[in-house]
Amino acid sequence: MQFDSLADFFNMGGYAFYVWLAYGVTFFSLGTLVIVSLRQKRKILTEIAKKIQREERLKANRSN
Amino acid sequence: MWKWLHSYADPERAYKLAGTLLPWFSALAIGFIGVGSIWGLLFAPVDYQQGDSYRIIFIHVPAASMSMSAYMAMATSAFIGLVWQIKSADWAAAAIAPIGAVVTFIALITGATWGKPMWGTWWVWDARLTSELVLLFLYLGVISLYASFEDKVLAARAAGILAIVGVINIPIIKYSVEWWNSLHQPATIKITEKSSMAMEMLMPLLINILGFGLMIGAITLVRFRAEILARNGMRPWVRELATAEGVK
Repeated sequence: MQFDSLADFFNMGGYAFYVWLAYGVTFFSLGTLVIVSLRQKRKILTEIAKKIQREERLKANRSN
Repeated sequence: MWKWLHSYADPERAYKLAGTLLPWFSALAIGFIGVGSIWGLLFAPVDYQQGDSYRIIFIHVPAASMSMSAYMAMATSAFIGLVWQIKSADWAAAAIAPIGAVVTFIALITGATWGKPMWGTWWVWDARLTSELVLLFLYLGVISLYASFEDKVLAARAAGILAIVGVINIPIIKYSVEWWNSLHQPATIKITEKSSMAMEMLMPLLINILGFGLMIGAITLVRFRAEILARNGMRPWVRELATAEGVK
């Protein structure tokens, strides 16, 4: 362990702003990318399912 | 001999294989990046010149080197898609592009936040920084070209050509610090000779480089699977999946 205390760790030898800005931006943008990527699948499947429902509705109405 | 590989060009098999690989890539990526970052932030020794500011290296170098590797992976996939007309390869290229763009953005931002305390400036228009910025624009170009055609076969062709032509930028980034005078330091990690870095600093760095590679692999698998579903909406297996999971 290179730091004496938690405050010492957060201070990063006086470079706190730069180090935590770098790590913050990195993990924030990676987190956003992961969430956006994970949501794609559900969105696409919902779209396809809606399309199937629409097709079936059209098919049902045709026989009337 | 390698003929078995070809069957994975089939969308359904590719989708399932990606699903099998995903938990391994995700778990390993989280493990490696967790260990590498905590080691780098807490346990790696302080640099005698740069103090604690150098700890940015543990994300800057992995992001920068992987931004180039991801580009090569994307261009290779695009090339396979163009030459052998394998659609799965086109979808893989389309899946990598946004990830590469984010990783390149991270490399640029972490470079700026390291440059400010050490060089006294956030940005200089020198060869290394400018060519890395061009890499970001290449990724954005590939993403927007792929998005701008309704016909995705055509879109993949256009985006693929841009991706392949853009490969010229990769050696320029790599050797920019040797070919031109630059504020940026030359490579710290050398494969053929001894690296100019202490082992206690090098280990967490290598772990994080590997972790970033695995993470790009994991997110590529997620996006690749979504891309397969989006492009195969008329196939029975996708329709089955959609009726089972789609509307709730």
